[in-house]
Amino acid sequence: MSEALAVVETAGTDTTVPAVSGARQFWRRLRAQRAALVAAAVVALLVLVALAAPLLTALEGQDPTTYHPALIDSARGGVPLGSFGGVSAEHWLGVEPQTGRDMFARLVYGARVSLGVSLGATVVQVAVGIAMGVAAGLGNRWVDLVLSRITDIFVSMPLMIMALALLAIVPNTFPRPVLVALIIALVAGWSTMAKMVRAQTLTLKNLDYVAAARLSGWKTWRIAVRELLPGLAAPGITYAALLIPSNISAEAALSFLGVGVKPPTPSWGQMLTSADVWYQAAPQYLLLPAAALFVTVFALTVLGDGVRVALDPRAASRLRVGTGRRRENRARAAVPENALPEKALPVKSLPEKEGPA
Amino acid sequence: MNGFTGFVLRRVIGAVVTLFALSVIIYVVFYVTPGNVAQITCGPRCSPAQVHQVAQQLHLDDPLYVRYGHFLQGIFAGQDYSTGTSVEHCAAPCLGQSYQTGRQVTDVIWTKLPVSVSLVLGAMVIWLVLGIGTGVLSAWRRGRFTERALTAVTLAGTATPVFVIGLVLMIVVCGELRLLPFPQYVNLTDDPEQWAWNLLLPWLSLALIEAAGFARLTRASMLETLAEDHIRTFRAYGVGERAIIVRHALRGATASVIALNAVTVGSAVGGAVLTETLFGLPGIGQELVHAVKVVDLPVVVGMVLVTGFFVVLANALADVLYAVADRRVVLA
Repeated sequence: MSEALAVVETAGTDTTVPAVSGARQFWRRLRAQRAALVAAAVVALLVLVALAAPLLTALEGQDPTTYHPALIDSARGGVPLGSFGGVSAEHWLGVEPQTGRDMFARLVYGARVSLGVSLGATVVQVAVGIAMGVAAGLGNRWVDLVLSRITDIFVSMPLMIMALALLAIVPNTFPRPVLVALIIALVAGWSTMAKMVRAQTLTLKNLDYVAAARLSGWKTWRIAVRELLPGLAAPGITYAALLIPSNISAEAALSFLGVGVKPPTPSWGQMLTSADVWYQAAPQYLLLPAAALFVTVFALTVLGDGVRVALDPRAASRLRVGTGRRRENRARAAVPENALPEKALPVKSLPEKEGPA
Repeated sequence: MNGFTGFVLRRVIGAVVTLFALSVIIYVVFYVTPGNVAQITCGPRCSPAQVHQVAQQLHLDDPLYVRYGHFLQGIFAGQDYSTGTSVEHCAAPCLGQSYQTGRQVTDVIWTKLPVSVSLVLGAMVIWLVLGIGTGVLSAWRRGRFTERALTAVTLAGTATPVFVIGLVLMIVVCGELRLLPFPQYVNLTDDPEQWAWNLLLPWLSLALIEAAGFARLTRASMLETLAEDHIRTFRAYGVGERAIIVRHALRGATASVIALNAVTVGSAVGGAVLTETLFGLPGIGQELVHAVKVVDLPVVVGMVLVTGFFVVLANALADVLYAVADRRVVLA
C-alpha cells in the first residue's frame, strides 16, 4: 500500500530514486536471474544439510569418527569390503578406505566444516576490511598513509604460502577449524575489501548528506556508523558473497595439503588427499568430496555473481526488471477513478468546462 | 615522458618499501613466536648443545632490531656460520640455513625454482591462448548460445579447486585411458621431450583454472570497448565485424590482460603449491609443504620471502606494463 502511495507521489517527477525499498528491489533482481535462483536453492539445501548433520547421521545410525575395522580388507591394504566401496543399508555411501569410517557421515559433517570455516573467515574479513577501509578513508593524511600501506602489503601477500607458513608455527592446542578460519581471513581477502571500502568512503565522505552531518557537529564515529555504513552495504555484501566460495576453496586446499583441519574432524579437502590411491577400489572416496566441493563452490560463486548483478544498477538494468513502478502504473491505470484524472481530463473535460463558462 | 619515468620510479620505490615491510612482518611473525625459537628452528631432535648453538647463530640474546639487522646483512652481504667444527660461508643472498638438513636455504630454493618456473611458464602459454580465445569468442558471439555456454564453463572454471581438476584429469588420462604415464618430473636439460610430456597434465590443470580469469577479463574488457561510440561509428562506416573485434576491441583488452598475466605468473610461482603437491613435482611449493610439516623454520621463512618477492615484483611490473600499454594511467 505504502508502495503505491510512493509511486503516486513520484509519478510526475523525473527522479531516479526508486520508490521500492532497497531490499525488495534486491529480491526482484535476484529472482529475475534463473541461475542465481537455482544456486540459492542449492546453497540453502547445503546449509540445511550442514545444520542437520547430527540428525541425518542419526537417521543413518552412524557417526563420522567410529572406525569399522570389520568392513575393510586389511589384507589388501584397507580396501572397503563389498561392492561400490562398501555401500550397504547401514552405510549409505560406503566406508572410508583404511579406517572404515562412514562416508555419508563424514561427507555431511564435512559440509559443516566447509561452510562454518568459510563463513567465519568471511565475517572476520568483512569486519576487518570495513574497519580498516573506513578508518583510512575518514582518518587524516597520516592515518590513511599508514593504513593504506599495511593494506597494500597484505594485498601482495601470497595467500597459500603465508597460510601454510603460519600454520606451521601456531601451537596445536588451538582449536584447528577456528585457527584455519582466522588464518585464511587475516592473510587474504580483507585487504582487497579494505581498499574497496576506503575508495567508497572517500566518495561518500564528500557527498552532501555526510557533509551536513559533519557540519552539524556529529562525531566521526557516529558519521561512520550512521551515514557511511548504509552506503557501504551494497559493495560490502557483493564482495562478501564472492569471498565465501573462495574461502571454501582455501580451506579445502589447506586441508588437502594436510595442514588445515586435522583428522578426526572430517573435511572434504582432507578426504581428497589420498583419494588418488583408492579411486579404483573405492571411487566414491574421490568422487563424493570432489563433487561436494565443486557443487558448493560453484553454487556459491553463481549466487555471488547474482548478488553482484542485483546490487549493481548498471548490470541490473540489463535484467529488465525495473523498480516495479511500471507494473504499479499499469495496475493504477486499470482502476477507473485513477485513470480518469490523467487521461480523460485534458481531452474531454476541457470543452465541457468551456461550455458553461 | 617525464611523467612516465616518474610513475615508474614511484612504483619501484613503492615495491621496495613493500618488500622491506613484508620482510619485517615475516621476520617478526616467525622469529618472535611464543615458545623457544631456537628449539623450534632447530627441530625436535636437537640436543641442548645444538639448540644453544642455534640460539647463538640467530643472535637470540640481542634485541629484535639487531637480530633483524643480522638477517638483512645475510641477504645483502652474506654471512658466516660456525657449524661447531668449521666455519661455513653463506654467500650474498643468504636466507639462513636449515638446521634439520644442514643445507643452505638459498641452495634449496635454487634447486627447486626451475621446476616451479617450468610449471608456471608452460601453463602460462596454455592459459593465455585458452583464456583470450574464450574471451574473444564469447565477446564476438555475445547474446547467443555460444556466449552463454562459454560463460557457464568459465564460471565453473573459476569455481573448481585446482586439485579437483588435477585429480580428475590424472585419474582419467593416466589411470583409466592410460594415454600418459603418471607425471614424474624430468629436467628440461636432461630430456626436453620427456620434460614436456610429464608436465603436460600439470600445465593443463593449472592453466584450465587460470584461463577462466583471463576469459572473463578479456570478455568484459572487449564488451566495454564494443559499447563505445567510436565502435558504432566504425560500424556505420562499414568496417567489418572481424576487424572491429581484432583491431579495436581486442587491442583495448591487451593492457589489462598483460597486467593480469604479470600478477598471475608472480603469484603462481609460489602459489602452485597444490599442483606441485598433487603431481609430485619437486618445486618450491612442494618443498614448502614439506618444510611446514617438519617445522623447518629457516626454509619456511626463506620460501615465504622469495615467493613474496615474486608477487611484489609482479605487481609492480603489472602496473608498469599497464602504463606502457595504456598511457592514460600515468595521469591518474
